[in-house]
Amino acid sequence: MDKKTPLYEAHVRLGGKIVPFAGYLMPVQYTDILKEHAAVRTGVGLFDVSHMGEFLLSGPGAFASLQHLLTNDYANMPEGRVRYSPMCYENGGVVDDLLVYRRGAEDYLIVVNASNKDKDFEWMSAHLCEGAVLEDISEKVGEIAVQGPLSGELLQKLTAPENLPEKYYWFVEQKDVAGVTCLISQTGYTGEYGFELYCRAEETEKLWNALLEAGADLGAVPCGLGCRDTLRLEASMPLYGHEMDENVTPLETGLGFAVKLGKEEFIGREALLAAGDPKICRVGLKVTGRGIVREHMDVFADGAQVGHTTSGTVLPTVGGAHAMALIDKAFSAPGTPLTVNVRGREVAVEVEPLPFYRRKK
Amino acid sequence: MNAPQELKYTKSHEWIREEEGGIWTVGITDFAQDQLGSLVFINLPAEGDDTEAGEPFCDVESVKAASDVMAPVTGTVVEVNEELEDAPEKLNEDPYGAWIARIEGTPADDLMDADAYAAFCEEEG
Repeated sequence: MDKKTPLYEAHVRLGGKIVPFAGYLMPVQYTDILKEHAAVRTGVGLFDVSHMGEFLLSGPGAFASLQHLLTNDYANMPEGRVRYSPMCYENGGVVDDLLVYRRGAEDYLIVVNASNKDKDFEWMSAHLCEGAVLEDISEKVGEIAVQGPLSGELLQKLTAPENLPEKYYWFVEQKDVAGVTCLISQTGYTGEYGFELYCRAEETEKLWNALLEAGADLGAVPCGLGCRDTLRLEASMPLYGHEMDENVTPLETGLGFAVKLGKEEFIGREALLAAGDPKICRVGLKVTGRGIVREHMDVFADGAQVGHTTSGTVLPTVGGAHAMALIDKAFSAPGTPLTVNVRGREVAVEVEPLPFYRRKK
Repeated sequence: MNAPQELKYTKSHEWIREEEGGIWTVGITDFAQDQLGSLVFINLPAEGDDTEAGEPFCDVESVKAASDVMAPVTGTVVEVNEELEDAPEKLNEDPYGAWIARIEGTPADDLMDADAYAAFCEEEG
């Protein structure tokens, strides 16, 4: 039985096309993926991301647990900051990738992928250090992403300007937005300027309606998961289950910036060190032939398979069909001509640098 | 939903119109384009392709997915609307004007008229 987020009724009323995703009934689009995508790139879009999982990690063993569980380094992290990390198995494969919010020396908020929530909670609970307590608060929390160049302007209609975190990956807590108490972070999954707001589940709809109303004259539109995917793909942000999974290490998929091998210890470190330099890597592919390359298609060089695609479609802002792929490093130089088997048809592609899209600052 | 009276329809949401000499013009319906969402690519059949009623003869792709278009006619493709190749969005904008191909042959025997098709779509939601 699929679950509903606190905004389910609102999505139905707004005419959202509802699909099951990660155990939730979610809107894939309200009007049109391309229009919603464009709204985020040029204006502002609102996403229900209440399906994401939220855990509280607290106690004197909380910090040690983060250092043990996660590949990134949480030492020297001030309060009010967010830090991304993959979480690995002993063999270096990825359990999930997640965000850690430091609320205090012994108090962290962890945000995980909806599809991995239960698996993550079990894994983390089983590997906590002494004196750490992990609590799953997902059902109590609503989350709305406000994304796009006008997102700051929209939020300033509903809250004082000083309530918005100044920099990327900063956050503030206990701020009033339209009468709802929120944690606000400057984060997102679109490659655009934007914020994510966390509030009590029962107040999510009040916040959502206030954002829609205040955003009307800025052209704010509700956005579904369809454009969330095209936006993150265009920004070349990896997605669990696509660019990484239990068989792909964070180093292979280009997340080395968040893997601190210099740290004394973390789960997966020995396997990553033993494996040495990865033999595969994540690349961009630009379709030079006719067709659309999607996920899980085989990639060839001169008739020999050299990898597979992980995500792909037409990129609305960049234009044209593109894909990300995990391929043998020997074929990863930009400009290398390759082919992809698209439902039995050979389609020409060319390796191109990532990201496909980078916002102008 | 719009389903012109003069056309016949398939359960897989193609429309057909009889031209002279056993030739049928084929496209996808308004209901189909609405369900598929913005189309960004069409893999057109080629002139001379043999088709079999109820079997795929072309595919269209939205941002989210690729979908087969089924042939409503058993026969041979005699003309293709090449214009769609660079402008697949015409399938969304004008589904009954943006024909895909003309096929010479025998149409399927389970085609619906406009009223039956409208009722069928109503059920499919």
